[in-house]
Amino acid sequence: MSDIMTAKDLNLWYDQTQALKNVNITIPEKSITAFIGPSGCGKSTFLKTLNRMNDLIPSVRITGEVCYNGQNIYDSSVDVNELRREIGMVFQKPNPFPMSIYDNIAYGPRTHGIKSKVKLDEIVEQSLRDAAIWDEVKDRLKKNALGMSGGQQQRLCIARALAVKPKILLMDEPTSALDPISTSRIEELAIELKKSYTIVIVTHNMQQAVRISDNTAFFLLGELIEYGETEKLFSQPTDKRTEDYITGRFG
Amino acid sequence: MKKNKMIERVIHGVFLILGLLTVGCVLLITIYLVISGVPAIAEIGLFDFLFGTEWASTATEPKYGILPFILTSVYGTAGAILIGVPIGFFAAVYLSKMATPKVKAFMEGAVSLLAGIPSVVYGLVGMLVLVPAVREIFDIPDGASLFSAIIVLAIMILPSIIKVSMTALEAVPKEYEDASLALGATPVETYFRVSVPAAKSGIAAAVVLGVGRAIGEAMAVMMVSGNVPNMPSLFQSVRFLTTAVASEMSYSSGLQQQALFSIALVLFLFIMLINATLNFFLKKEKD
Amino acid sequence: MLSKKRKLYIGAMKAAMYISTGLTAALVIFLVVYVFVKGVPHISWELLSTKPSYISGRIGILPDILNTLYIVLATLIFVIPLGVGAAIYLTEYAKNKRLVGIIEYAAETLSGIPSIIYGLVGMLFFCQFLGFKTSLLAGSLTLVIMNLPTVMRTTQESLKTVPQSYRDGAFGLGAGKWRVIRTVVLPGCVDGVITGCILSIGRILGESAALLFTAGFAHALNGIFEGLTSPGASLTVALYVYAKEQGEFGVAFAIAAILMILTLLINFSATLVSRYFAKKREL
Repeated sequence: MSDIMTAKDLNLWYDQTQALKNVNITIPEKSITAFIGPSGCGKSTFLKTLNRMNDLIPSVRITGEVCYNGQNIYDSSVDVNELRREIGMVFQKPNPFPMSIYDNIAYGPRTHGIKSKVKLDEIVEQSLRDAAIWDEVKDRLKKNALGMSGGQQQRLCIARALAVKPKILLMDEPTSALDPISTSRIEELAIELKKSYTIVIVTHNMQQAVRISDNTAFFLLGELIEYGETEKLFSQPTDKRTEDYITGRFG
Repeated sequence: MKKNKMIERVIHGVFLILGLLTVGCVLLITIYLVISGVPAIAEIGLFDFLFGTEWASTATEPKYGILPFILTSVYGTAGAILIGVPIGFFAAVYLSKMATPKVKAFMEGAVSLLAGIPSVVYGLVGMLVLVPAVREIFDIPDGASLFSAIIVLAIMILPSIIKVSMTALEAVPKEYEDASLALGATPVETYFRVSVPAAKSGIAAAVVLGVGRAIGEAMAVMMVSGNVPNMPSLFQSVRFLTTAVASEMSYSSGLQQQALFSIALVLFLFIMLINATLNFFLKKEKD
Repeated sequence: MLSKKRKLYIGAMKAAMYISTGLTAALVIFLVVYVFVKGVPHISWELLSTKPSYISGRIGILPDILNTLYIVLATLIFVIPLGVGAAIYLTEYAKNKRLVGIIEYAAETLSGIPSIIYGLVGMLFFCQFLGFKTSLLAGSLTLVIMNLPTVMRTTQESLKTVPQSYRDGAFGLGAGKWRVIRTVVLPGCVDGVITGCILSIGRILGESAALLFTAGFAHALNGIFEGLTSPGASLTVALYVYAKEQGEFGVAFAIAAILMILTLLINFSATLVSRYFAKKREL
């Protein structure tokens, strides 16, 4: 497996507070990488630096590099919109737009210039199938997406992210607002999706990290403490702080 | 890719211009009033203009003293506040704290209507009901007077006073009132000794807003105040700053017209002062 | 037991509240009834459908009705894009808090300036400097400045209720700022724009001092384009002229009754709209 993303000496400040300290990490292609750590440890902040969603927050300052396929994404020549097309994002709270299911999925492709109805129909169906929600919604594509259940909404958001054919899918605690059944469906979906996509998932649920991820990174107070194969990190952590955390001594 | 960035930048620029439009308008108004208002003041002399007691713009030897207008505006506004504020204040306390939902809904509609009625309609009713009544009751030759104007202004500022005070009173946390009630105060005592002090910035803002409305009103006042440039006296025909501008503008020219712009400039300065005060109280209420 | 002093205080306060509220209610009821009683009998089809003629001595207010309509339309056409654009700048683009503060203070200032001053500056700027002469267009543009803060504020309020997550979702898909605004932000502020429109219409209908020197007093019957470039009296200005200069109180009251009905309608629709959108937001 080759590495698709690399962060080098990444530091991030909100005004005066440093939220990320010298993060170095490489993320392998077509795998699931989980970020764990107590709340406020910087794991979500770090995830957002990977497709520059932090640009939207004023007063954020960054040093260091994040490379995607060898290119520093913070380079001034990078088109942020194109970058976000290739590195999609699924948010903590399902956030479908107040439009029909169809229009939600078609939003991304339309944004990137696809107008043909035939093509859009095809993309919508494929994305919904890939997100394992096609059978549930195929008869009500024109209905407003806000009428769906929370779990369905989140899978719709995954489908929406897939519709622009990204290479990487960033998931920010995608199941924290969902019930256990919906959660396990999303987890199954993630495992299915890693055949074709690279997935980076932030989770506060350690069982979830164990169940689905290949590699796990443990963050604490803005630092990357330990990073390695999930099985090894959970069975034989090398850092005392990792051990304390995964054995439930804090956080 | 580069093209998209360009388009985004252009759009950002367009919105920036739209955003700055309000600032531009304020500047435009200020600059126009200063440019057109200063020359006449310079020619007449600031002291003679502001403190001259005689306005005779069409006389062979014209006099441009606007003290009568300034004092009329100040007295008229003060009178309107004196009458309008207590009524509005007590009504606001009643409606925000004691009224049943039905009464409250009806009165809110009534107050909105009062706010929406065009000022010329107030002027018309004032002309035909108030002015004759004032003449009869006080036995004066003409009811069109400062007194009539004060009554009309008091009515016209009522909606602002009631609405803004109500908003402030309704924002008082219920815990304050509960605490007072739990100490054995009756509801009415609680409203006036706990809720009103807690909402005092908002109520002050309501009063200042009322001052702004009263001093700026032109048409209704023009129809009931008789419009003679006398020094103000309660039962005499008077002219306000606003009506001084309005009544001569259509046929004035030369220095006379410039003097009207100067009057507008004076009025504008009053308003800016009031706005600054209003902003002060609104900010205080937010904190 | 309450002491005598406390009882007296409570009684006095209660009396003051009842009297004040009762007085306000009586005032509103009196105004409405009086204007209707005096005005409605004078409203006739002839009054509504003709223009005044000095030859027959007939008074018709059709030109004034049309002028008012033209002014409302022209003002809204300008003020909506400007006000909405200003609101979008404030909520979506502006990052500098001081600049936002300055813009909001300017809006606050604009809404406190008396209409007679607008009339004066409108006359100097639109009629004389820009050469529009005394015309409905000059009057409308003056009213645009007056109503700009209203539309801006109501739009701003409703933009604030558009969830940030919609914007994040759209940005996350690689949409540019303008596309995000156009597709997920703007549809969310329709209620604010409509509310702003209703409030502005109310204010335009009631305005007179700002129109006196910008739009003039003429009663000519015109089509909309001709109308906008020629002077004309709105209903309020016509009321003033008929009452104060011509002593035609019957006509003045008829206009007053019409204005009162329109005000009632506007307040009613404002309530309906805000209730409708509040309900919709709950879903």
